[in-house]
Amino acid sequence: MVLGVRHMLQEAGEDTILVIPACCASVIQGVYPYTAFDVPVINTAFASAASTASGVEMALKHRDEETNVIVLAGDGGTTDIGLAAMSGAMERRHNFLYVLYDNEAYSNTGFQKSGRTPTGARTSTTPTGRKGEQKDIDKIVEAHDPEYMATSTSGYVQDLRDKTAKGLEADGPAFMHMLTPCPPGWRFDNGQTVEVSKKAVSTGLWVLYEKERGGEIEISRPSKSAFKNPDSVTDYVEMQDRFSTASDVDLEFLQEQAERNIDEYSQYLEEEVKA
Amino acid sequence: MSDAVAKSEREQEESNARIMTGNAATALAAQDAGTDVVAAYPITPQTEIVENIAEAVESGEFDAEFSRVESEHSAMAAVMGASQANARTFTATASQGLLFMSEMVWWTAASRLPVVMSIANRALGPPWNIWGSHTDALSQRDSGWMQMFAGTVQEVYDLTLASFRIAEDQDVMLPAMMNLDGFTFAHTMQPLEKLSPEDAQAYVGEIDIPHEVTSQNPRGFGAFTAGDNFWKFRKKIMDAMDNVPEVADQAFDELAEITGREYDLVHEYEADDADLVIVGLGTLAREAEVAADVLRKEHDIEAGVVRPILQTPFPEERFTEAVGDAEKVVVLDRSTSFGRGGIVTQDVKLALDQPVASVIAGIGGQNVEWDDMVDIALNAEPGKTQWFGGDL
Repeated sequence: MVLGVRHMLQEAGEDTILVIPACCASVIQGVYPYTAFDVPVINTAFASAASTASGVEMALKHRDEETNVIVLAGDGGTTDIGLAAMSGAMERRHNFLYVLYDNEAYSNTGFQKSGRTPTGARTSTTPTGRKGEQKDIDKIVEAHDPEYMATSTSGYVQDLRDKTAKGLEADGPAFMHMLTPCPPGWRFDNGQTVEVSKKAVSTGLWVLYEKERGGEIEISRPSKSAFKNPDSVTDYVEMQDRFSTASDVDLEFLQEQAERNIDEYSQYLEEEVKA
Repeated sequence: MSDAVAKSEREQEESNARIMTGNAATALAAQDAGTDVVAAYPITPQTEIVENIAEAVESGEFDAEFSRVESEHSAMAAVMGASQANARTFTATASQGLLFMSEMVWWTAASRLPVVMSIANRALGPPWNIWGSHTDALSQRDSGWMQMFAGTVQEVYDLTLASFRIAEDQDVMLPAMMNLDGFTFAHTMQPLEKLSPEDAQAYVGEIDIPHEVTSQNPRGFGAFTAGDNFWKFRKKIMDAMDNVPEVADQAFDELAEITGREYDLVHEYEADDADLVIVGLGTLAREAEVAADVLRKEHDIEAGVVRPILQTPFPEERFTEAVGDAEKVVVLDRSTSFGRGGIVTQDVKLALDQPVASVIAGIGGQNVEWDDMVDIALNAEPGKTQWFGGDL
C-alpha cells in the first residue's frame, strides 16, 4: 500500500487535502504529534471518508478555492462500512478523487475477511478459507458514472500515476481502485510486492482499465498484453500463503474468475488485438 | 397580489417582524448567521427546517452550499469536514437521526469544530412515536456539545444565533446543539422579531478555526495518539466546556444590547420568593408558568419556575441561586434514563441540597397542561420519581 500511495501522492502534489477513515493509512501516517505525510490529513470515522471529504469540498467550493481533495480508504471502508457514504458522495457529484487501496481484507485489525476477500483466501475470520465471492465494487461505482474511474496496482507505477493525474483533473467525482498486495496479510516477502501485483494482472484476476463519464472502458496496456497470453492463476496463488488452505474447487473458481474477466473485458479491445 | 397584501408584506419586511414556527425560525437564523455549508437529512419533526433552507438556497436568498446527504451519519461528517475547512456550518435532526449520527456527533466535538445543530426533540423508538421527548438530545449529553433548550419561537431564533457565536468563540471551539420541542412548537406559530442579516452576522462575527485544514500549512488531525497525550485532548475539551457559561453570558448581554431581549443561562419566573419551584426544559417549563400563577392565586402557594436554557454544561451555581431556599422542588422531566430516573433530575439533584420530587411527564405526546402541572406540583413527593399518568 505504501508503494502505491507514495506514487499517488507524488502525482497529486502539495496542494492536496487527504481524508482518511479507519484503515492501514490511519496507522502508517504515524503517531501524534508526528505525521508521515507532506499534505494535511483529516482522520475521520470508518464509514465517513466520502461524506467528510464532501464537506471539505463544499467549503472550498463556496469560496472558489481549488485544492485536491482525496479520500484514501481501504476496501473495508469502501466496499463495506463506508459504501453508502461513498455512493452518496458520488451521486451528489462532489469534485474529489476517491482512492480505494485494496488489500482484500481488514488488514489494520490483523487481516479479517472483507467484502473484497477473494474466494479461498485465508483470513483470521475465515481460517479455512473465504467462502463465496468478492464484491465487484467497480461495477457498483460504474453505475454512478463518475467523471473518471480507473483500476490500478502498485506494480505498475506509471500507469497508477497517470490515472491519479486524470482523476484529479476530472471535474467531478473520480474513483481509482488500486490493488495493493499486502505482504503480511497475503503472506509473501516484502520484496515480492511488485511481482505479486504484476501477477494479479498477468493472470487476468486483476484488470487494468479506465473509463471517462459516458465513455467506454479502455483497457490499459499491461492488461492488453495479459489477455493475449494469460498466466495460470496457480502461479499467482502459489506466491501467497493465504491460499494455502484453498481447495481445488476454490482454485478452479479463481481460474474461472480470471477467464471470465478476460472474456468480459476483451469486448473493449480493438478488433485486431482480440483476434 | 393585491395592493393590500403587497403592502402588508412590505411592512413585514421593513419591520423584520414575522409569525412563524420554531422550525422556520431555525432555518432563518441559520441563514441570517451567514452559514456557508448545510448538510442535512429530513426527519419528522425537523423536516421543515431542511425544506426551508432548500427553498432559501435555491431562490438565491441564502448563499450557502446545501447538501442533501444520504444519511444523518453523512450529514454530520459533511458539516464536520466543511467546518474543518473554516466554513460556518449548520445541520438539524431529531430522534433516530441523532442516534444514527451519534458517532460523528462525538467525532465533531473531539475535533473541536463549532458546528451548530438544531434538534426538534422527538421520542426514540420503538414503538414509533413522532412527538416530543428530550431523551434524544440528552443521550448525547456527554459528547462535548454545548446544549441549549428554547421555550419560544423568538428564543429559537435568538439562541440559534447565539449558538454560532458561543460555539465559534476561541475559548470554546465546541459544537452547539439547539433544542426545540418537537411538534409542541417546532410546528406552532408565534411572533418573531428577526435581525437583519447584516446585524446578525455582525453579532455572530467572522469564523476563524485555528486548526483550519489547509494545504498551505499541512497538519494531521485526529491521528493516532497514545496514552501520554490522549488525556490532554480530553482535558482541553473539559476546560473549554467550563468556559461556556461566561462566553454565553457575554453573548446574551450583547444580544440584549442589539435586540432589547434579555436572556439568562437559567430563566426564572416568579422564583425569587418561591417556596415551591417547578423545574423543566423548553415548552414544558413555559406552560408551568401558568401553573405557578394558579398556585399563587388559587392555592396561596408562593410558586415559581426555574428553566435552564443552558443544559450542558449545567450552570449549577446559577441554577442553585435561582431555586434558592425553596422548600419544594418539582422537576418535570421529559426524559428517561432507565435505572436512574429522569436525566435532567440527575443534574438538579447534584446541584441542590433539598430533596427533589421528580415527575416524568410529557414524553411521546403525553399532554400535560397547566392544570395538570398544578396537581403535579401539589402531589409530587420529594425524594421520589413518579410518572405523570400514575402507576401501571
